[in-house]
Amino acid sequence: MLLSYLPVLVIIGFVTFLAVAVFFINSIVSPNNPYKDKLSPWECGMEPIGNDASAGHFKVHFFIIAILFIVFDAETLYLFPWAVVFRELGVVAFVEMFIFIGILLIGFIYAWAKGALEWV
Amino acid sequence: MPDINTLIEVALIIVKVIVVSLILFTLPIPLTWIERKVAGHIQVRLGPFRVGPHGILQPVADMIKLMFKEDIAPDKADKWLFKFAPLFAMVPAFAVYAAIPFGDKITIPIINKEVTLYISDMNVGILYILAVGGISVYGIILGGWASNSKYALLGGIRSSAQMISYEIALTFSCIGVVMTSNSLSLLDIVKLQSGTILGFIPHWNIICQPIGFAIFFIAALAEINRIPFDLPEDEGSLAAGYHVEYSAMKFSFFMLTEYLAMVTASVLTVILFFGGWNAPLFMPEIPIFWFVAKVGFFIYLFMWIRFTLPRYRYDQLMTIGWKILLPLSLLNILLTGLFLL
Repeated sequence: MLLSYLPVLVIIGFVTFLAVAVFFINSIVSPNNPYKDKLSPWECGMEPIGNDASAGHFKVHFFIIAILFIVFDAETLYLFPWAVVFRELGVVAFVEMFIFIGILLIGFIYAWAKGALEWV
Repeated sequence: MPDINTLIEVALIIVKVIVVSLILFTLPIPLTWIERKVAGHIQVRLGPFRVGPHGILQPVADMIKLMFKEDIAPDKADKWLFKFAPLFAMVPAFAVYAAIPFGDKITIPIINKEVTLYISDMNVGILYILAVGGISVYGIILGGWASNSKYALLGGIRSSAQMISYEIALTFSCIGVVMTSNSLSLLDIVKLQSGTILGFIPHWNIICQPIGFAIFFIAALAEINRIPFDLPEDEGSLAAGYHVEYSAMKFSFFMLTEYLAMVTASVLTVILFFGGWNAPLFMPEIPIFWFVAKVGFFIYLFMWIRFTLPRYRYDQLMTIGWKILLPLSLLNILLTGLFLL
């Protein structure tokens, strides 16, 4: 049982090792000649203007999308175990699951009606 | 003290992991050449032709060039995250393959030992793949944010919003397959697709899950950032998106991740909907050949789509994801359930 999850560790370890080795070789053989203009953020060759990008100004719509995603992602976690055994559980489990999905769908329809999915 | 069989198992796992990782690590080299050749011939030109016969050494030359490039980190960047973002993107793309079966079993002729053609048959296989595959989005958003460049930040945020939006439809379309096969293990899913219906239709999931396949394929296209959904790298408005500030090997690791994601999407399409290594009608059973052929066909299909279709606008992308694919995938689950009960 535990043996079937060991490969995950092994593959993560090996790939990380491979990547770090490649980085290392790259850092040895590559030239290193930094100067101010090369190290400035790229803005089509113009002088960078305005705030730093990491001040985090972005459209709030992305945040709403992320919240909606969490709702449905939690739903998929319940759907997977249900999908494996739903034939044994029969009609009752099927109806129950769709009541659950229905409740989530009400929230989704509300978000839709409020225009959270309109991208303007 | 663990017994000898466990030790052999562990050694076998390590060997398999190394072989699979090295194959995947070098796979983008032929794939970039094939992609550029396909692009060339679709657009009635030759594609790479100078380096080696028919340009076959072009990707090797590119790789050597990238190896010798200067590794630039912008002075305003978050140095640690900037360095780790390519790793965050790349390692999950490899880790996914711990659960993907490439075939059933083969016997190695000389030592006469039976070897399974998968690294691990997890009983939660498909859930593991979707979960780990989803981690890649961290690499992209971290790379975009740590660069401290406006294009990179926009590209990273757009990309993550796109990926999480389509991940829902992708997962829901997989649930249809799980319902028909009653298992999360990819090995079981493939085994259930052997044989035929009525003696002449292959018993592949595409037959009983056509809507599921359509949703899966469209969502996979968006998930791996391919045209017509390649908005994260929209050259016209974002320059190169989240990896605009990256150079040298860090840049190539992002590219490697994208190619691996394309291979993963093809492999998953084949395993979930096209019978894995089961041969099509009345064809001889050569498992590995059929698996590679089917995966190759889907990789070619992704390239074909890339050079045929234009790109969607961002609002269209979100409309397709949330207003069409999501309700449609729920409908698919409902229909599958009603049909099976």
